[in-house]
Amino acid sequence: MTNRTLAARDLAHIAIFAALIAALGLPGALSIGAVAVPITFQTLGVMLAGAILGARKGFFAVALFLALAAAGLPLLSGGRGGLLWFTISPSTGYLYGWLLAAVVIGYLTARLLPRYPFWPAVGATALGGIVAVYLIGVPVTAINLGLPLWVALFDSAKFLPGDLLKVVVTVLVARQVHRAYPGLIAPLGRRSASSAAPVAVSAEPANAKPANAENAGQGSR
Amino acid sequence: MSAITFDRVSHSFGERQVLRGIDLSLTEHRIGIVGANGSGKSTLVRMINGLVAPSSGTVTVDGLDVAKKARDVRRLVGFIFTNPDNQIVMPTVQEDIAFTLRRRGLSAAEIAERTTAALHRFGLAEHADHPAHLLSGGQKQLLALAAVLVAEPQVLVADEPTTLLDARNARRIGELLHSMSQQVIVVTHQFALIEGFDRVIVIEHGEVVADGVPEDSLDSYRALLA
Amino acid sequence: MIGLYSPGRSVIHRAPTLLKLLLLSVGVVVVGVLAEPWQLAIAALVVLSLFVIARIPPRAAVAQIAPILWMLVLVVPIQGLLSGWLVAALMAGRLIVAVALAALFTLTTTVTAVLEAFHRLLRPFGRWVDADRIGLLVALTIRCIPLVTEIVTEVLEARRARGTRGSVMALAVPVVVRSLYAADALGEALVARGLDD
Repeated sequence: MTNRTLAARDLAHIAIFAALIAALGLPGALSIGAVAVPITFQTLGVMLAGAILGARKGFFAVALFLALAAAGLPLLSGGRGGLLWFTISPSTGYLYGWLLAAVVIGYLTARLLPRYPFWPAVGATALGGIVAVYLIGVPVTAINLGLPLWVALFDSAKFLPGDLLKVVVTVLVARQVHRAYPGLIAPLGRRSASSAAPVAVSAEPANAKPANAENAGQGSR
Repeated sequence: MSAITFDRVSHSFGERQVLRGIDLSLTEHRIGIVGANGSGKSTLVRMINGLVAPSSGTVTVDGLDVAKKARDVRRLVGFIFTNPDNQIVMPTVQEDIAFTLRRRGLSAAEIAERTTAALHRFGLAEHADHPAHLLSGGQKQLLALAAVLVAEPQVLVADEPTTLLDARNARRIGELLHSMSQQVIVVTHQFALIEGFDRVIVIEHGEVVADGVPEDSLDSYRALLA
Repeated sequence: MIGLYSPGRSVIHRAPTLLKLLLLSVGVVVVGVLAEPWQLAIAALVVLSLFVIARIPPRAAVAQIAPILWMLVLVVPIQGLLSGWLVAALMAGRLIVAVALAALFTLTTTVTAVLEAFHRLLRPFGRWVDADRIGLLVALTIRCIPLVTEIVTEVLEARRARGTRGSVMALAVPVVVRSLYAADALGEALVARGLDD
């Protein structure tokens, strides 16, 4: 697989995860009780894209989602969309941070697979899903609002509890998914021998899951 | 009719062997394939257009080895899946039908003309610009069929095309399958769908256990289920 | 694929998308450097008259700008205390005017037109990105949004039926697994329909 061509299955993974990020932002899809903290589940979708698809496909999924929102589809949580959220809105930087998040999480997850131990995975996901996102989000808030950096940083703290929760959920979900469904990300192991096997799996998509060929139809209804 | 051959075809998913030494020559106009869930029948028909490459043995369509000439074979063989939702790849009805043709490098005018013809033939003309997800289940399967047949394949393979449909829509799809001039290979659990077919093959544990006219094959399949 | 587009036939609706994008960028930069209240007032009047020319329904316009107002409610007092009320008011004013301008672009340009503009902007980078593949991905994603939304809805319903509310995991795992199955089936269909031709 070269850089320019993406196999059909990769295209489908990218499109489905871009759609998943959109679906998680739909009104009424999800809400956590009466928490006063603004929680958007779209960042959960972004972290999942990195942790489940890996850096490259995860990046494309997030980029595709953002492009559709920028083009004017009301896909950002709360039914928002359009260029203003990507240019002058105070929250603009966070959206670009999502791209970095998918890449960082995807890269580090590939290093942690196939074992994917819990605490290192939480660290990796937090590094991408929180640190990388705030790294871009906070300064842009400060610039767009003309505020000192520390005020913008203080302001961003209200997202922190929700984001930590999403990091843990991402790791728990990714753990189950990678176990049930190996070969989604080729591990970037230190041992080169292990890297050959997953490639062989992904070369024959239909073979990865014996039950799927017969049950795909019924299963998804 | 095309000639499809299976020559000592076996297949395993990891440890599990799903097909064992299949030898078949499929030349009849309408062929039904029945078998229990997990019998290997879905894998078998996926080999006809190279969606699954056999672990050993060869499959050919009109003399073309599917493993080596998958691209050419896919132009001859159209494939319908059980769940049309997973087969519709474009946002609107018209775009989805045109998708198949666009991959063939036809001119825009020719694509438009053939798309319109297919929309009318399958009763989808009034939905041309509608989002595909707003269609009913039956209409979605019609769209899937239209999008495959618009490219005029020589063979149509359908993997349980009516399993998710209600009785009326299943009958509609069945009638379409019966009326087609192309060679048709249908995997199904619904015996009514393959009534009057030229040949029915029964697959059990990855092997052909009955093969002949529908009445005889279905009798032995019923005996197997009892 | 209507999105946030507000249908109309005004000059602004019919202007070429790339021109609108260029004017929007220039406009946002200009608004960003305005330092005097009277300059900002003129800019606000200009943008307001553009909304009138485009005949945008007031409700559609307000719906676009309201979320930003909510953010300002929090930020303006902080700004005022830190660096004075005039600075805070100017900042808020610049932001609202720029946001309105960007909203006007989105309200008067169809999603298809914006995507075509993106496509054209990508063309010079043809060595690195395959614009046709991206076009296919965009269409495929728009198709997948209702598909995945349906999966989310069904899992929510199943969860309600079993009475296992609350757990985010009970939602996320089946949604992701079913989405992956759907992706595999879609990938298979793309191959069967000649994607690799």
